[in-house]
Amino acid sequence: MTDLINAPLRELSAALAARKLSAVELATLFLDRIDRLNPGFNAFIAQDREQTLAQARAADASGKVGARDTPLAGIPLAHKDIFCTRGWRTSCGSHMLENFVSPYDAHVVERLAGAGMVTLGKLNMDEFAMGSSNETSYFGPVKNPWDTARVPGGSSGGSAAAIAARLTPAATGTDTGGSIRQPAALCGLTGLKPTYGAVSRYGMIAFASSLDQAGPMAKSAEDCALLLNAMAGFDARDSTSLERPAEDYTRDLEQPLAGLRIGMPREFFGDGMDADVRAAVEAALAEYRKLGATTVEVSLPNSGLSVPAYYVIAPAEASSNLSRFDGVRYGYRAPEYTDLNDMYSKSRAQGFGAEVKRRILIGTYVLSHGYYDAYYLKAQKIRRLIAADFVEAFKQCDVIMGPTSPSVAFAFGAKSADPVQMYLSDIYTISTNLAGLPGMSLPCGFGQGGMPVGLQIIGSWFGEAKMLQAAHQYQKAADWHTRMPENLK
Amino acid sequence: MSLTQEDVSRIALLSRIELSPAEREATREQLNGILGFIEQLQAVDTAGIEPMAHAVDVVQRLRPDVVTESDRRADFQAVAPETEAGLYLVPRVVE
Repeated sequence: MTDLINAPLRELSAALAARKLSAVELATLFLDRIDRLNPGFNAFIAQDREQTLAQARAADASGKVGARDTPLAGIPLAHKDIFCTRGWRTSCGSHMLENFVSPYDAHVVERLAGAGMVTLGKLNMDEFAMGSSNETSYFGPVKNPWDTARVPGGSSGGSAAAIAARLTPAATGTDTGGSIRQPAALCGLTGLKPTYGAVSRYGMIAFASSLDQAGPMAKSAEDCALLLNAMAGFDARDSTSLERPAEDYTRDLEQPLAGLRIGMPREFFGDGMDADVRAAVEAALAEYRKLGATTVEVSLPNSGLSVPAYYVIAPAEASSNLSRFDGVRYGYRAPEYTDLNDMYSKSRAQGFGAEVKRRILIGTYVLSHGYYDAYYLKAQKIRRLIAADFVEAFKQCDVIMGPTSPSVAFAFGAKSADPVQMYLSDIYTISTNLAGLPGMSLPCGFGQGGMPVGLQIIGSWFGEAKMLQAAHQYQKAADWHTRMPENLK
Repeated sequence: MSLTQEDVSRIALLSRIELSPAEREATREQLNGILGFIEQLQAVDTAGIEPMAHAVDVVQRLRPDVVTESDRRADFQAVAPETEAGLYLVPRVVE
């Protein structure tokens, strides 16, 4: 068996089922590792050892360990702090919710607990998931375990760093414009954003509701498939949750790739990406051809408009969603104010960080009287053009591949002074969210400074099993996903 | 177009976010940077294109009009900044 911190979830599951290992022992191993290593990365921002061990004891006693329909029972994971967890602080990376202890669990949290998984704690993130570097967190930036002078990506940067440092075998993430895939790429992990509507948004603090989607982050495609089996499913409490028959996302993992048609969008292979990223991505595509896949050039002519369209739509939705933080029902209230409006304005000014305020202001402006048609409606029309490009492209291919991020992880401060430069970090991931498509990132090599490079796979609507098959077959042939920072072994 | 300080003040008021005079100028510059970036959308011909409001076409579900929630007022109010007798307290709004 592989050492426990590097073990695939299936191996952990088998060891637990054979009673070679208890859930309590496994949780303790990771809790001790978190105590020892987390101060160097700032990935975990809430822990509760007693609650974790109580969950582990319950898993050991539950009869779920070793049961066929709960293969994840007894395995620990950690949640991005955007998911409401009953009895644990849920901060969303913000001063606004610094003292918020959720009275209920998110659907995803319920589902994974129901599968018998054990919660190790809550993970740092960009404030309200707005950022691509984890530098906007009220609780301080997360550091990339491959090089602590660099960002882990964002917004699910805590999730990515925690897995990369082997502080948890798996984590939840959310992806509104690339927030699972970009940090997965920058930290050398596998992460998947499902088709919009596949996973319930109930209890997941809203950023941009027409784009937000939760997904798994782990070391491999197989691990992600097992986690997605537990996370996905209809939930009446999310009005956009899709009523579809349950899928087994592991069903096609072992199918060979002969005949798989891979689309390479011309627009993703232009001047935008760094040479080291290009070399690793092209080598991965060569490996896919060896595995029997064929590659075909496709075009997504409007994809260049995805970042500007997103920065109209996402802030517009955010300005509406975040109006709920008024200092009345929950969250921060300013200590001094003169009247109700002053209380709102001061609570929000003091409770939100700079990037969140910027996006609320932009969103308010593009929705305001006289500008709605010019900005918001225009962006929604362009969103349709972007989605239509994918419909055309998928007539010629089964999956689309390209880079996840234009560069490897960058240094702290490199992009934080210029919001637009930071927004362009997500240039290859945002179109997927606008179209509602599933996408994933998996490690495909190392670039400048020995930093991981991510390969992005975009599937057609509900094409998760196909993407996971493509990723798993690659991971059987290449071992990039098994690498971890040497000094953390 | 470019935002003036007065525009920024109006947007901040609509957003209920207080900006100090010092913050207002920095915010104006940043917002103008972002608006300059999204300006490229205006050049796209979108005649006859239906706006796409959501990632998937779904119809709002209806449910039977029955009570499904339990009463958890005390739990929900426990996280509020200020409550009294089951009510949320705010500054006086009606004189």
